[in-house]
Amino acid sequence: MSATDSRIRARLRIARADFRLDVDLELPGHGITALFGPSGSGKTTCLRAIAGLERAADGYVALGDEVWQDESRGLFVPPHQRALGVVFQEASLFAHLSVRRNLEFGQRRAPAEQQHFSLPEVTELLGIAPLLERSPEGLSGGERQRAAIARALLAGPRILLMDEPLAALDLKRKREILPYLERLHRELSIPVIYVSHAPDEVARLADHLVLLDAGRAIASGALNSVLSRIDLPAAFADDAGVVLDTVIDGHETDHLSRLRFAGGQIWVSQRPEPVGTPLRCRIHARNVSLALIPQHQTSILNCVAATVIDLAPTTTPGQLLVRLDCAGEPLLARITERSARRLEIRAGLALRAQIKSVALLD
Amino acid sequence: MTAASQDLAAVWLTLKLASVVTVLLLIIGTPIAWWLARTRSRLKGAVGAIVALPLVLPPTVIGFYLLITMGPHGPIGRLTEALGLGVLPFTFSGLVVASVFYSLPFVVQPIQNAFEAIGERPLEVASTLRAGPWDSFWSVAVPLARPGFLSGAILGFAHTVGEFGVVLMIGGNIPEKTRVVSVQIYDHVEALAYTQAHWLAGGMVLFSFAVLLTLYTLNPGRRARP
Repeated sequence: MSATDSRIRARLRIARADFRLDVDLELPGHGITALFGPSGSGKTTCLRAIAGLERAADGYVALGDEVWQDESRGLFVPPHQRALGVVFQEASLFAHLSVRRNLEFGQRRAPAEQQHFSLPEVTELLGIAPLLERSPEGLSGGERQRAAIARALLAGPRILLMDEPLAALDLKRKREILPYLERLHRELSIPVIYVSHAPDEVARLADHLVLLDAGRAIASGALNSVLSRIDLPAAFADDAGVVLDTVIDGHETDHLSRLRFAGGQIWVSQRPEPVGTPLRCRIHARNVSLALIPQHQTSILNCVAATVIDLAPTTTPGQLLVRLDCAGEPLLARITERSARRLEIRAGLALRAQIKSVALLD
Repeated sequence: MTAASQDLAAVWLTLKLASVVTVLLLIIGTPIAWWLARTRSRLKGAVGAIVALPLVLPPTVIGFYLLITMGPHGPIGRLTEALGLGVLPFTFSGLVVASVFYSLPFVVQPIQNAFEAIGERPLEVASTLRAGPWDSFWSVAVPLARPGFLSGAILGFAHTVGEFGVVLMIGGNIPEKTRVVSVQIYDHVEALAYTQAHWLAGGMVLFSFAVLLTLYTLNPGRRARP
């Protein structure tokens, strides 16, 4: 199945007394698309409407050539007739069935020709083979959520919808389950829509990003093209930063590891992974400062060459966001207006971006 | 017929009545409980109140109205006569109909509570796993509501065994047809046959205790309703 076959189109309009949703999304048919926004922004409602658990009064939902809802001709396919999998915030395994019977619940009901995964494959992928005969009650939160993901995959979905699957877990459980999600990301051929309000999860998992605010989609696109926008509302701009896809290039003395990316090299505290491992890191705009000439008399190790693309004011008076191009990779820096004036920062200026700290997403 | 065989006949009739009524109540009560648990209709309050009426009405009131509606001039009576079934009062079928109405809340309410306790989520999950509404009901809602069904069945059975007023009003006191244990005990006491009354009454105490013990052992956390 080619990627264009599972492109998602969702035009949804819901008006309630205390809430409005009005979005028109076209999402790619591959990779993980994160729906990100503050609580109340409509991301869960969006997901539920795509799943058919909620019916938008005015809506059009299609996956590739399969139309699931088209209110203009009164068409609404109920959720059980849609080839999708949903993972809810809490695992909601059926308490009266063993883990195995939970996994088989959807598998038995899905037409054989729609199933892309086998039980052994999925249990291996999610590391739940030893848990199959257990009752859901005896499982930890993380184990339950992995079983719920496996159950969704076995129902022959053409798309996987995840509604804040980690939100109910503590940090330890999150760390336990994130590697499995990354594995899914690498090995899954079907698109995933991932609802989250945690920037770190989004930065770590997403390929595409839709920003929702007060029931509207205010930005949509490839992860970094959205993250590097400098014209976003305060709710997003305060936490501005980009994601760099790097590869471990070498381990050095002084407990440092060298990471390579398109725009150069950066050093981080010693990593346990071997050389060649891909590593995603997040660079907050507030941790990037600018210098016109290379600085040697500084404690900051990471300094890359960059060109200014544009500048924009932030909601904090006296502070600016500067968008930089770093050999094709975007980078954001948050600086004061006074510095910008003193250094005459303007579009096209070549300078040095000093990265004070790099958040490694683990 | 000896007194002992009359007692046995009453016990047998009571058990038969309670069994038939329990089965009917599970069949009738489950859709009502499901509807009450899930509906957002404005009628929910009214239907819930009608179902619960037998909890508060004196059995004689229920018996009186059933007698009239099922009698030859009542609407149900006319219907049953037109269908060639005769009239229901003073027959076993009449007792069954009356008991179904009288014990309805004891079955509907525990099942309704159990359905409400399940919540929306498991059914939503089932629908995303390709289970249609009918399939979800049988494969998810009913198994998850099992404790409610057990409580409902036990309470419905026990309550039917214990009813007296309605039976007397609608069924009278016909040996082997409508004379159940509670009526038989009443007869024994009227006749000052206390020994025989003790046997039956003591048996009822033991039976009721066993029923409640089972109920509380099965549902330790929850108090049996109503």
